[in-house]
Amino acid sequence: MFEDFSFFPEAASTVAGRVDAIYLFLVVVTIFFVGLISAALLIFSVRYRRGRGHAPEQVHGSIALEILWSAIPLLIVLFVFGWSAKVFFDVRTVPTEGMEVFVTGKQWMWKLQHPTGHREINSLHVPKGQAVILTMTSEDVIHDFYVPAFRVKQDVVPGMYSQLWFEATKTGTYHLFCAEYCGTKHSQMIGEIVVLEPAAYEAWLAGNPAGRNPVEAGKVLFENLRCATCHAAGSGQRGPDLAGRFGEQVRMRDGQTVIFDENYARQSILEPKSHIVAGFEELMPTYEGQVSEDEILQLIAYIKSLSTGDEEPK
Amino acid sequence: MSDATTSGRLAHHFESLEQQHESALLGMWAFLAQEVMFFGGLFTCYVVYRNLYHDAFVEGSHHLDVFLGTVNTAVLIGSSLTIALGVRSAQLGRPRATAGFIGATIALALVFFGIKSVEYWAKYEHGLIPGLAWHPEPGASPQLGIFFGLYFVMTGMHALHMLIGLGLMVVVGWRALRGRYGPDNFIGVEVLGLYWHFVDLVWIFLFPLLYLLGRHAH
Amino acid sequence: MSVPGAATARTAEPSNYLNAEYSIKSWFLTLDHKRIGLLYLAGLTFFFTLGGLFAVLIRLELLTPEGDLFQSETYNKLFTMHGIFMVFFFLLPSIPAVLGNFFLPLMIGARDLAFPKLNLLSWYIYMVGGLFTLYAMVAGGVDTGWTFYTPYSSVYANSHVIAAALGIFISGFSSILTGVNFIATIHTMRAPGLTWFRMPLFVWAHYATSLIMVLGTPVIAITIVLVAIERLFGVGIFDPAKGGDPILFQHLFWFYSHPAVYIMILPGMGVISEIVACFSRKRIFGYHIIAMSSLAIAVLGFLVWGHHMFVSGQSIYAGILFSLLSMLVAIPSAIKVFNWTATLYRGSIRFDTPMLYTLGFIGLFTIGGLTGIFLASLAVDVHVHDTYFIVAHFHYVMVGGMVMAYLGGLHFYWPKMFGRLYPETLAKIAAVMIFVGFNLTFFPQFLLGYLGMPRRYHAYPEEFQVLNVLSTAGASILGLGFALPMGYLIWSLFRGKPAGNNPWGASGLEWQTQSPPISHNFDEVPIVTEEAYAYDTLRPPAAASPEQEEVLHV
Repeated sequence: MFEDFSFFPEAASTVAGRVDAIYLFLVVVTIFFVGLISAALLIFSVRYRRGRGHAPEQVHGSIALEILWSAIPLLIVLFVFGWSAKVFFDVRTVPTEGMEVFVTGKQWMWKLQHPTGHREINSLHVPKGQAVILTMTSEDVIHDFYVPAFRVKQDVVPGMYSQLWFEATKTGTYHLFCAEYCGTKHSQMIGEIVVLEPAAYEAWLAGNPAGRNPVEAGKVLFENLRCATCHAAGSGQRGPDLAGRFGEQVRMRDGQTVIFDENYARQSILEPKSHIVAGFEELMPTYEGQVSEDEILQLIAYIKSLSTGDEEPK
Repeated sequence: MSDATTSGRLAHHFESLEQQHESALLGMWAFLAQEVMFFGGLFTCYVVYRNLYHDAFVEGSHHLDVFLGTVNTAVLIGSSLTIALGVRSAQLGRPRATAGFIGATIALALVFFGIKSVEYWAKYEHGLIPGLAWHPEPGASPQLGIFFGLYFVMTGMHALHMLIGLGLMVVVGWRALRGRYGPDNFIGVEVLGLYWHFVDLVWIFLFPLLYLLGRHAH
Repeated sequence: MSVPGAATARTAEPSNYLNAEYSIKSWFLTLDHKRIGLLYLAGLTFFFTLGGLFAVLIRLELLTPEGDLFQSETYNKLFTMHGIFMVFFFLLPSIPAVLGNFFLPLMIGARDLAFPKLNLLSWYIYMVGGLFTLYAMVAGGVDTGWTFYTPYSSVYANSHVIAAALGIFISGFSSILTGVNFIATIHTMRAPGLTWFRMPLFVWAHYATSLIMVLGTPVIAITIVLVAIERLFGVGIFDPAKGGDPILFQHLFWFYSHPAVYIMILPGMGVISEIVACFSRKRIFGYHIIAMSSLAIAVLGFLVWGHHMFVSGQSIYAGILFSLLSMLVAIPSAIKVFNWTATLYRGSIRFDTPMLYTLGFIGLFTIGGLTGIFLASLAVDVHVHDTYFIVAHFHYVMVGGMVMAYLGGLHFYWPKMFGRLYPETLAKIAAVMIFVGFNLTFFPQFLLGYLGMPRRYHAYPEEFQVLNVLSTAGASILGLGFALPMGYLIWSLFRGKPAGNNPWGASGLEWQTQSPPISHNFDEVPIVTEEAYAYDTLRPPAAASPEQEEVLHV
């Protein structure tokens, strides 16, 4: 059992080193203060033990000392706060370009889909040196996508999309854990992230059968569900045209503006009444129960492709 | 503690009636602070979901009977008046009047419960009780259930507080009749009054939030 | 400080609160805060033992990576029940309900708490809540984790969530009523001359704790009721399938449960302040600052709940704000540690058992507090959130902090509570075993956490085994360490040497009445003329023989 033993996890993403730096700094701070307090306790305990028979000296306190030992920790924690907030901001700010992967968590497995249409369960192959952006949701309870080697973690919440991104810097196989307790087989909701050289990744893609890619699948769904009857340009405009709208601000009938993002698209499919775009009527029926989480993701992929123009990646 | 004990109402661990009085009053205020946080949790849920599902909440308000709600509000405010008069009678050393006013408060509370039951029954008949009888009209907002869930939890918790208050009133009313309170010792009635005013106040918030808000919208 | 008449010598077996009455009714219907404290002690010890037993089973399971001792479902129930019993039925009440109940009135020179009947009611409510939870356990257990996250708890879990939730809801009111009682007592029942800034820091800590109990507990009460209602009626308040927001539950839950952490540590800090001053024979260093830092912690505690939710989907900016506020908690905590340490400076230090626990507390709480900064820093928390790092951190604060303080306090006050001394050598051995066992159990978990082992894992990858074995080995020492005091403390009740009224030569009104105290605490109301910890005007106890009857200077 000592084979793989280590005290420090592998660091295999662009942010891992930055997180480790803060961690190590905090370890040093901790050792310093624990050392300081322990040394003081020890020295005082020995020097002023009762056996030595001296009278205790009554000291009430010292304002100067109080200010000193409030100010020093304050400065340290403010420094740590600023530093880690900066790193956190970068960890959480999803880059605009990257390989988009859809993730659905359910009790007790991970379902992942590549932009090429390749599907995987409990494992994800990614190329080294490229940003990978995960758009994640859950079919049942809250899960959490955690890759220790990348130092990233994000809850996967039913009813909404959360995003996570990483850029792997080292090839290898790394643990994928579910970190939010999700029921009986929580500890078996694990998998692996396989980081490959870009060429090897291409080879892996080529060597595995691809399903329809999400955009294509979404397009088929869009047609089968007859979304285009209302949402295509020039069709009498019963519903807003979706082309070129993704990522933009949309004005609602009640005067609010909403960002047209994944969560907005999802809500509009499942609860069309919740947001009515200015200039339109409440006509759209709900698709709740008619489309699965996977299919909603595909629809969104298609809707997004209408705005980004890269409709057919092929 | 010499002269104060003569009234026989001083618990053994207090020095004076003033101290006893002050403790009880402070204790009740601390308890009411707790109550504010208790209902605060519910009001937070209400605010969050009202913002998320404005339409469902407006729709829900339209299912409630404003007339009965208004009558109940008046009844409850009336009961606050009677309990306040009860406290005053106790201060003035009129045990029978104190018991009488507490009796009137009990009666008003019962009226409130009567009207509330009529309302609850109507919800049952219309199928608007989540989990027990839930079959809203077709086309109703999918989140109507959250509105009615909150409606029943909020009014239910309020009713539970009133029930506890009723129990206390029976005890305090009985003790008033037996002459346990006097001008120098009316803290029991005063504390009960505080509690009842708080229960009343909760309703003063519940009524507009649940019944009135958003009704002008359609 | 002068207490006329209170400390006059008495003949053998003087009347006290223990021998005043013997009937069962005189215990179960007692209104004496001291007896109610002992009732709590019995209840708490029971639940602590139960929670400890679950911990032993958890550690046994984690000895091997395969998860081969229990089934997943059983394991999940074990850690859930461990958490529920330890948090809600041991840690939250621990010091306030036992030592607070017993000593708060004594320390402020009162005959009882302001509302003795309410106090007894609190104990019954606590026990009824405990019985509901026990029922949930016996009927088949709960498997939601003590955090009851929705929608797992409200929709998906197939275990006895409602009974457990009701148990927690009910026991919450015991906390609330205790808080109300303490606040009223501290405000209105202080002895003549006992101004706010003459109060012992134990009292200050309990005052701050009571504020949290009163303002925080009701929020979790209503939240947990909503979970139960959600399960019963499917209302949908936390169910995303019906439009509910599961994250809202987390906000409500942590709005209470974070301040609750300070309910679990502040009273411990109060106890430590008493012991440090007594065994250094010094005024506490920075009295005012320590008192105010308790209040600061109580207030800040209500503003930092969002740091449990950095990866929950809460906005980046909310995360940054909560991180900043959480960092500030470090300041009052650090101030306390520095002040206790400074109290030792130029003291006259003795190392009796309570002092050993106290030194242990200061060291372990320092580690617990500093690792809290790791968790408050956003980027590091993203990595260690929901791993064993968290588990290690809160055990350093809860066990290394609160349990050490609880045991220290129990050993410090035991002679006063029962008038008997425990075997000192055995007690010292136990204290050292607990310290060593504790560190061996939980230190490896920091490493495990940074390596990435998630908490609540029944089976785990093999590379984590070495550290888990170390942890389990430590747990066995820790378990033995906890068993020892249970044995010798009970033994001391019957066979212990008489303690005398003030074996430690401590200041404070509680030491100036008889041991065990008389039923109404003081024959005459004490009048306070000095600040707390006036050790310069107190004669030290006769060297190294605490058994000797201490003659107080009156």
